[in-house]
Formats: sequence, structure tokens, C-alpha cells
Amino acid sequence: MSKAILVDTTRCIGCGACVGACKEANGLPQNEDKELTADTLNVVESHGGVFVRKFCMHCQDPTCASVCPVGALRKTAAGPVIYEADRCMGCRYCMIACPFSIPRYEWKLALPKVKKCTMCAARQAKGLQPACTEACPVQAGIFGERDELLAEAEKRLRENPSGYIQHIYGKEEVGGTSVLYLSAVPFEALGFPANVPHDPLPMYTYRALSKIPYVVTAGTLLLGGIWWITNRREEVAKAEKDGG
Amino acid sequence: MMDLSRLPKLTFWRAVLVVILATGFYSTLLRFGKGLGAATALSDKFPWGLWIGFDVLCGVGLAAGGFTLAAVVYIFHLERFHPIVRPAILTAFLGYAMVGVALLYDLGRPYRIWHPLVMWNPRSVMFEVAWCVMLYTTVLALEFSPVVFEKLRMEGPRRLIRALTTPLVIAGVLLSTLHQSSLGSLYLIVPSKLYPLWYTPLLPFLFYLSAIGAGLGMVVLESYLSWRAFRHRLAMDLLEPLGRAMAVVLALYGLLRMQVLRKNGALAAFVHPGYEEWMFLLEYGAGVILPIALVAIPRVRRSERGLVTASLFAVLGFVMYRLNVSVTGMERAAGARYVPSWMELSVSVGLVALGFAAFAVAVHYLPIFQHGKEAAGIEAEETWASAESR
Repeated sequence: MSKAILVDTTRCIGCGACVGACKEANGLPQNEDKELTADTLNVVESHGGVFVRKFCMHCQDPTCASVCPVGALRKTAAGPVIYEADRCMGCRYCMIACPFSIPRYEWKLALPKVKKCTMCAARQAKGLQPACTEACPVQAGIFGERDELLAEAEKRLRENPSGYIQHIYGKEEVGGTSVLYLSAVPFEALGFPANVPHDPLPMYTYRALSKIPYVVTAGTLLLGGIWWITNRREEVAKAEKDGG
Repeated sequence: MMDLSRLPKLTFWRAVLVVILATGFYSTLLRFGKGLGAATALSDKFPWGLWIGFDVLCGVGLAAGGFTLAAVVYIFHLERFHPIVRPAILTAFLGYAMVGVALLYDLGRPYRIWHPLVMWNPRSVMFEVAWCVMLYTTVLALEFSPVVFEKLRMEGPRRLIRALTTPLVIAGVLLSTLHQSSLGSLYLIVPSKLYPLWYTPLLPFLFYLSAIGAGLGMVVLESYLSWRAFRHRLAMDLLEPLGRAMAVVLALYGLLRMQVLRKNGALAAFVHPGYEEWMFLLEYGAGVILPIALVAIPRVRRSERGLVTASLFAVLGFVMYRLNVSVTGMERAAGARYVPSWMELSVSVGLVALGFAAFAVAVHYLPIFQHGKEAAGIEAEETWASAESR
């Protein structure tokens, strides 16, 4: 069963406990980054007085995983989208492709890696919950099964229709994500990309890549045919010249 | 006392080359010693810059003249273009070699560039590009090898490769078609990020068409530069039809671009043009309208200067298209502007300069140009001989 995180921005008090816990769990320097960086995989932003934490959305059909030429990013059955540093050659296509612009890079290092939240996959393997949701003092971020969290989110929307924008961000965006958001203000106002399609983005390249076998087959026949016709024409011309 | 007159003469262009290479060398040390952050203007907001937008996207495309001309001569059997096939394939081969080197600079861990050989993700366009480029560079090397075998007087290998010409050329055209269009496909995955003036499901086809147009333009330019540098005959009787073909391809490409704008509802933006709209107009005007207009006038296209000018603008338009897709079109969504660092520029300029230098060295030592009709004669005999013996 696939795990997920529900972030209810109406409950977040901006204390930053989740940020500190994430850094500790991942051995990252405790600094004051205002946005995601190679050293800050989870950050609390403030938009018009509303606090919203940003981190990897752990998409169901992740764009980053589909574009990586060496398969260094992978969606696991447990829910997290993980990164296998040993495979990565640093092409950074994942950074271009991610519709939420999540992956960051270790630009300062001679041997850099891509950095992003892993939903504490290692802790989950030991039966623990992610460090961020464990640390949250007001349960603004909670961890659980994706379908259960979706039901909980829908319950909150139902019970408090005027207190929320009636939309769960991440339910259908790019085919659904494992990080879900609730908000009292429009999601664009919180810095979420507005025009993200509901199709998983890998579909957009699949439409092109799936044509390759046809291009190769048709192209071979066409070029081979043209060569044969023009070659024949020259042979005939030469034969006539010799014979005549 | 050392005989100074025996040293190579220090001409202006050689001095320029030395300065360029020295600067590039310094940037290389910085890039590999201190990392990408120290040597480039790249950032989390803008992870791809000049080395991808110019060196990879344009470098690969500019070498398209190689597969186009090889097809013209060896598939369509238009033998009269034979004299310009060899330099076109040399340009293509050097172009791809330069792209490979540029990738070694841009990849975060270039020593892992071989990973796609054994770590596969067929869902990834980048995977397909990597494989097609590797295979096509091999094909180019094989297509070019007869020139080297000829120089080394290795008849056996030369005949072997010559016998494989048709399948090699077909493979080359297919591989080229696939990865020229795949470079456009790279950007299909960012519908919410790439500005509507450039985003379209037709990106692969548009990249392919523009590569053919620019490839033909590059053949003209490369012939002109070789004529200036090495005094080889500028075959206007061959180049003029290529110029016309270039204009036809550009016209089709231009029409499709307009159709895309209409469909995206982006034409309305030109009423109050912003940054992106002006960049588009520059690209379209200089790179599509101008070359077509120049080639359309018979007196212009039949003159060396006119044809070369038209080709130059076609190639510039091609470069602007790819830079607009990879840089301009991505800036708004990134929330940041990108301007390459002088170190990035020095590496790109240095690689282009090395390409020119390698071309000159190859021309000096290998039978690239002096063959011409002679080679056509030998190869024509071989074709008749193999046809008759069947």
C-alpha cells in the first residue's frame, strides 16, 4: 500500500520544526535557506501570512523518473520517489522536467548529486514515519495511506466548506501525487504552479517516443525503395549506353 | 642561434585562436577543479544553459548537412553533388565530436557518460538521444573512414566500407531523423514551463525541419569558408540548388510555426509585445523571412555573397530557435533570467575554434577536396562493376 503525506496549510504555524527535523534526519547543515537547496530538502515559505511547506510531491507517475536516462529516480511501491546516486551522471534533465521544480543540485561540489526529499524512505523501511510529520507539533502534516489521507482531506472539505478552497492539490495534478495539500487561499497564491496538467507528464513524451518503431520501419522501406529505384535507373542507363 | 623563420607564422587568426584556447583552458581547469557552480551561471532555477542550448542542441543540428548530403548522393543518386559530400561528413563528424566534448563539461559527473550503455530507461527521451548520438557518431566515423584509408593506402578496408555505403547511409538518415527530432522532444515534457510561443506537440518535427534547413545552410557556409581559407573552388552550380532546397524547407518550417501560434492562441500577445514576443520576432524575421526572401531573388541566390548571406541568416535563425526554446522560453517559468558566464562562453567558443582548426588540419592531411570528380569516377566504376557482376 502506498504511503502519502497530507499538508493542511490552515493548521501550519510556521514553527519550522519539520525543517529542523528533516535536516537532522538527513545530516544536512542547519542553515536559514528561504527556499529549497541542496542543503534544504523541505522549506517553510510564507505567502501573504500563510505558511506552506514545500518539498518533493512524490508523484504517482513521476516526471523525474521518466526522464532520467539512466533510471536513477524511481517510484517505490511504498510511496517515496527515491534517488540512486550511483547511477546519476548529472545531466539534470530531472530538474528541467519536474513541473514543481523540486530537484536541486550540489553546484559547489566537484562530485555533485541531485538532492530532494526522499519521504524518509530509509526510516519508513524501519517502520518509522518521516521525520517531518513526526516533528510537527500541530499535526499540520500527517503521514498515512494515500487513500485514507484523501478520505480525511475530503472529510475536512465537507465539514468546513467556507474554511477551505474546495480542492485537494495533488489528488489529480500530473496524475496524482503522494503529497496532498489543503488550503484556505488559492493554491497559485501559495506558489504552486497553476497550469499543471492532470495527465501524467510522461504521456507527453510517450506520444512521440511510441512513433519510433514506425519511423524506423517506414523510413527503411522508403529510403531502401528510393535507392533501389534510382540505382536501377542508373544501371539501365549504363546498359543502354553500352549496348547502343 | 635558433632559426626563427622555421617556426609557424603568427598570423592574426592564429593569435586569436591561441587567446581563445588559452581562455578556454583556464575555464576548463576551473570547471573540473571547482565544479559547475564556480565556472558557470547555472543554478537550481536554471539548470541548463549555454552548453546545452548551444553546444548540444545547435551542434547536433548544424551537423545535419552530413546526413542530408549523404542521402542526396548515395540514396537519391544525385552524383553531381559528390564533391561536397566529404567535407559535409567531416563537418558533421567534427560537430558531433564537439558535442560529445561539450557534454563532458556539462554533465555533473562526466566520467559516468557511459552509463546509458548499461543503465537503460527507454521511457526517457534523453536515453534515446544518447543512444542515437552514440550510434550516429559511429556511423559518421565509418562513413568518413574511406578518406583516411585512402590516405593510408589501405585498399582492403576502404573497399569494405565502400561496399557498406548504402546501409550505412540509410542507418545514418534514420538515426539522424530520430535524434534531431528527439532534441525537440526533450521539451515536450514541460508544457507548463515552456512559453506558448515555443511549446507545441510539433516540437520534434520542427526541430527536425530546422535541422535540415540549417544543415543545408551549413554546407554552403562551410564551402564558402573553405574557399576563402584553402582556395578550393566554390561550386555555385551545386550550392545554388542547395540554397533553393534550404528556402523550401524554411518556408514549410515557417508556415508550421505560424500555424502553431494560431493554434496556441499566442498571436494575440503580439499586440503588446513583451520580451518573449520580441525574441520570437527577431528569430523569425532574421532566421526565416530574410533567408527565404534572399534566396527567392534569382540575382541574389546566384551570387556568392547573396547565397552565403542567406545561409548565414538561416543558420543564425536556427541557433536562435534553439536558444529561445532552451533559454528564453524557460525564463519566465523559472522566475530567473540566464546569461552565460564568460567561462561558459570561452568553452563554447573554444570548442567551435577547435572544430575549425581540426577541419583545417584534416583538409591539409586528408583527401577531402582534391578528390572531387576523381573519386566520383572511381566510385562510379565500382558501382557499375558490382552491378554488372550480379
